[in-house]
Amino acid sequence: MSTSTLSRPRPETLRKPGSRSRSNVSGWAFATPFLVFFLVFLVWPILYGFYMSLTGKSLTGANDSLIGFANYAEALADADMWRSLGNTLYFTVISTVPLVLVALVMAALLNVGLPAQWLWRLSYFAPYLLASTVVSLFFTWMYNPQLGLINEFLTGIGLPRVAWLNDPNVAMWAIVIATLWWTVGFNFLLYLAAMQNIPAQHYEAASLDGAGAWRQFFSITLPQLTPTTVMIVLLQILASLKIFDQVYQMTAGGPAGSTRPVVQYIFETGFTGYRLGYSAAISYIFFGLIVVVSVMQFVITRRRSA
Amino acid sequence: MATPTLTRPAPSTTTGNSPKIRQPRKKLTVGRIAAIVVAAFIAVLWLIPFAWATATAFKTETDAAAPDVTWLPPSGFTPEAFVKVFQDGNIPLWTWNSLYTSAAITAITLVISALVAYALSRIDFRGKKVLMTVIIASIIIPPPVLIIPLFYQMLALNLIDTSWAIILPQVIHPAMVFVLKKFFDQIPRELEEAAVMDGASRLRIFTQIILPLSRPILAAVAIFVFIGAWNNFLWPFIATNDGNLLTLPVGLQTIKSAYGIQYAQNMASALLAALPLIVVFLFFQRQIIKGVATTGLAGT
Repeated sequence: MSTSTLSRPRPETLRKPGSRSRSNVSGWAFATPFLVFFLVFLVWPILYGFYMSLTGKSLTGANDSLIGFANYAEALADADMWRSLGNTLYFTVISTVPLVLVALVMAALLNVGLPAQWLWRLSYFAPYLLASTVVSLFFTWMYNPQLGLINEFLTGIGLPRVAWLNDPNVAMWAIVIATLWWTVGFNFLLYLAAMQNIPAQHYEAASLDGAGAWRQFFSITLPQLTPTTVMIVLLQILASLKIFDQVYQMTAGGPAGSTRPVVQYIFETGFTGYRLGYSAAISYIFFGLIVVVSVMQFVITRRRSA
Repeated sequence: MATPTLTRPAPSTTTGNSPKIRQPRKKLTVGRIAAIVVAAFIAVLWLIPFAWATATAFKTETDAAAPDVTWLPPSGFTPEAFVKVFQDGNIPLWTWNSLYTSAAITAITLVISALVAYALSRIDFRGKKVLMTVIIASIIIPPPVLIIPLFYQMLALNLIDTSWAIILPQVIHPAMVFVLKKFFDQIPRELEEAAVMDGASRLRIFTQIILPLSRPILAAVAIFVFIGAWNNFLWPFIATNDGNLLTLPVGLQTIKSAYGIQYAQNMASALLAALPLIVVFLFFQRQIIKGVATTGLAGT
């Protein structure tokens, strides 16, 4: 009964006094429930979505005929598509830096060994437990040009009022601030976990050499955190590329389309414009972008661990 | 990935709990005081949105919309807005919808993911490598790409405007399968060998030996999936138009237009929607933080 073991240091499986075919049966039996859902609600939609992108399907009339790559050609010539893609990339670029840096600062502060750890963790992480709609309600109210707390503060210190969500030059930054408040707690926890896994000996040796807290942070903590930082940056980029909820709720993509992300464009093309085929094509262009970033992530992490 | 311990006070603590030894790092040095000041400053900033929402929710609508922005309203605080919102009955209904759909999603996800993860970890079957590769590859599929074909599929299956439309597409978490498999891999095989010799079935080994040993990871995955389902907006927003089925995040989206500029009621609704998870978090802080930290890097 020789089984072809995989190239693993450990024996991969337990061998029962039974036949190989029995393993096949039980293996697939255990996999079946997941597989059913996986095939019906993930694999099928992803394949069918691609087929849809090659048709003129719409929610109003049934034009199921294949039209080849016409949707893609149209999308690539569609200024609104490019604008929404540009908005998404712009948001990703300007949100990733604060979302990583602020998380690092929060975790570094706690790692000094502050009292009442739970209190800090709660304040920094609590917003992450909120639904996007709650965050949007909070911030829409605080950004209110006349009655908002933020403008009240600004006028209080002698600065002019800002039309946060109504000024095309500011609106995306307003979204970034709300997003930072909402989700930085997640990155903060990942950093904190990584910091607390750094062995104490590293610090003890440095202390004996008379290295101060700053010195220890920059010469021990930060270098040890490099893999974590790479991971957090890549995960953050992937998360930011999918932005939709808070923009749709706070600005609906406005003012003048200045914040409309690509996911909203997919949503509107399909459900407001009824053009399912065209919408599916844009979905696939977006998917291509995600795949490129994911492959980058895979290559970088592979190289790191090699 | 080692499970991070997030409960240790500081990395400098080397030995035990003898209270006599004061940790040198616990001394109130200038640096530590500075750290506390900065940490407190950030914490205050982070709590302001909650505080402002609370202050607004307890105002009369007149005071909330008054041009004079103030923390302390002239007519004093009143629970009026909460009472109104609660009487509307929408928030309790939406909370219930969120609760049972999220619970169903979490339960189904746990069962199907644990089963397939066990097979990938322990059973040597034909096609296993291919299956593993396909599941890992599918981690990169972003949910927004699926909304158009999924919607079409749900229309075809006649499930739009049923709870099933919300639940079913949300139970596939390939990254969590991977997390579970990694955990199962670390369970020593000797524990099962005796049972195998006794001729116990695979299912029995799985339920009697593996699952009880995997409680921490099962809890972590459950927490992760539950929070995600509870707060999911995009898919439930598409899958339901029926007012009786709206989940909390989607229902909340409708009140802006319904209440117009009733700021106090808006904030009261938002706070009531935020409350359940915050309360749960206060009770299970340690497990939730550990769970998020464990599963957070799962996609990697």
